[in-house]
Amino acid sequence: MGYQTVKTELANGVQWITLNRPDKLNAFDRQMGDDLLEALKEAEKGPEVRCLVLTGEGKAFSSGEDLNTNRENYENGKPIFLGEVIRSKYNPIVQGIRRMEKPVLASVNGYTAGAGLGLALACDLRVASDKATFHEAFIKRGLVPDSGTSFWLTRILGLARAMEVSMLGEPIDASKALNLGLVNWVFPADRLREETTKISERLAKGPTKAIGLTKRALNRAVVVDMDSALEYEAYLQDIAGRTRDHVEGVKSFFEKREPDFAGQ
Amino acid sequence: MNYETIVVSKEGPLGLITLNRPQAMNALNFKMVDELVSALNSFEKDDDVRCLVIAGSERAFSAGADIKEMEPSTAVQMAMTGHFFPLWDEVGRYPKPIVGALSGFVLGGGLELAMSLDVLVASETTQLGQPEIDIGVMPGGGGTQRLTRAVGKYKAMEMILTGKRMGAEEARTLGLVSRVVPKEAYLSEAKKVAEEIASKSPVAVRQAKMAVNKAFEMGLTQGIDFERELFYLLFASEDKTEGMKAFMEKRKPEFKGK
Repeated sequence: MGYQTVKTELANGVQWITLNRPDKLNAFDRQMGDDLLEALKEAEKGPEVRCLVLTGEGKAFSSGEDLNTNRENYENGKPIFLGEVIRSKYNPIVQGIRRMEKPVLASVNGYTAGAGLGLALACDLRVASDKATFHEAFIKRGLVPDSGTSFWLTRILGLARAMEVSMLGEPIDASKALNLGLVNWVFPADRLREETTKISERLAKGPTKAIGLTKRALNRAVVVDMDSALEYEAYLQDIAGRTRDHVEGVKSFFEKREPDFAGQ
Repeated sequence: MNYETIVVSKEGPLGLITLNRPQAMNALNFKMVDELVSALNSFEKDDDVRCLVIAGSERAFSAGADIKEMEPSTAVQMAMTGHFFPLWDEVGRYPKPIVGALSGFVLGGGLELAMSLDVLVASETTQLGQPEIDIGVMPGGGGTQRLTRAVGKYKAMEMILTGKRMGAEEARTLGLVSRVVPKEAYLSEAKKVAEEIASKSPVAVRQAKMAVNKAFEMGLTQGIDFERELFYLLFASEDKTEGMKAFMEKRKPEFKGK
């Protein structure tokens, strides 16, 4: 399917979705929000898609909300109702990624701010270019963290660090992001695509159903007590135990060979 | 017996009823209500059936009443045919335990049906609501009464007056469903609960169900008196003798429903 503001490309089981408004640093206008959500839904449905990669065209991953959308209101002093923008544009994207039972990788190619950071954090894993910078920039515009950043930053960084980046809005460079656990890998900019491909293709050859269930288990584990998490693990293991890939995983172990997972 | 709108089967001590109008998200129509009543009747008479499970599909337990069918009805027609009241009356007085296996949409009449069952196992995808207000009417199958008793006045009012749906986890927190499980497991889990209930004394289960349901109808003192009478009565059952004996002999009891 064709989109105006995102590029999609499927290769070796990996669905690449590239935010494509490079002249606007891939800022989110209404259209890009709609396009990304549709592209995510399409990838979720496609059985041939076993891993997703989100990245940005040009210098930025995404600079977040396109402030130009409401420029007139700002210049005329009219009130802006941001709650509805967040509910209708960003929240469904964040929820869509978190609920998708396929691995989703952010390949962070550059500048990442606001809802762009929210998008990166909603992904399961983050590969970053050494040129990438991360800005929890809401405070600089007199706003509060949105698009899930308050939720993920407190969990990834801990409360005190999350307060620091949210209240001061200082940029975080790639090596600091790696130290903080904000990204999983950092590679030189010219190798980002190649390394992302390696990781994503490895995920695409994995037991997709078990990866999806793993995601559900971990999603839940960050918000429940231990007893509930243990019980939930038992349920999910029941489900995983009935998959073809589990049988293949065990067989290949007995037969001392690499497993050949089909994602079923 | 063959049904058009439901699928009925037996698995050991369980009687299973699956709502089966997938093209209409299992909306309740007159035919389905007739068939449900008839299936419930035949399971009631079947001594092998000790517990029932009513399920829909993963996408929808039931999205409510069939509005196409209801739309042309006049007030007099609704009153004279009793609409779905044969179903509500039947489920309300049903003596055997029924486990509801919920998933997806549980709306309007679908939620009213669910709320008249005894144990509710819900998949994570379950969304419950009474959206009748959105089409200019209100719940008519016990929703205002049962939802209020289940979640209290203020949550019930919010749901009934705004038509907003509630997710599975919130429903569990409020006590509107018994447990929440992954979507792949809701039916097997419902059957597991039903089998557990089916392994108990049918006499004790029947009396206990009746006593719990009376909690919504009686004052506390009356309710406790009622409970006590039922409790004494169980001492006349063979199952009580077997149950206590098995406990002392450290073995599993074998209940016969006598």
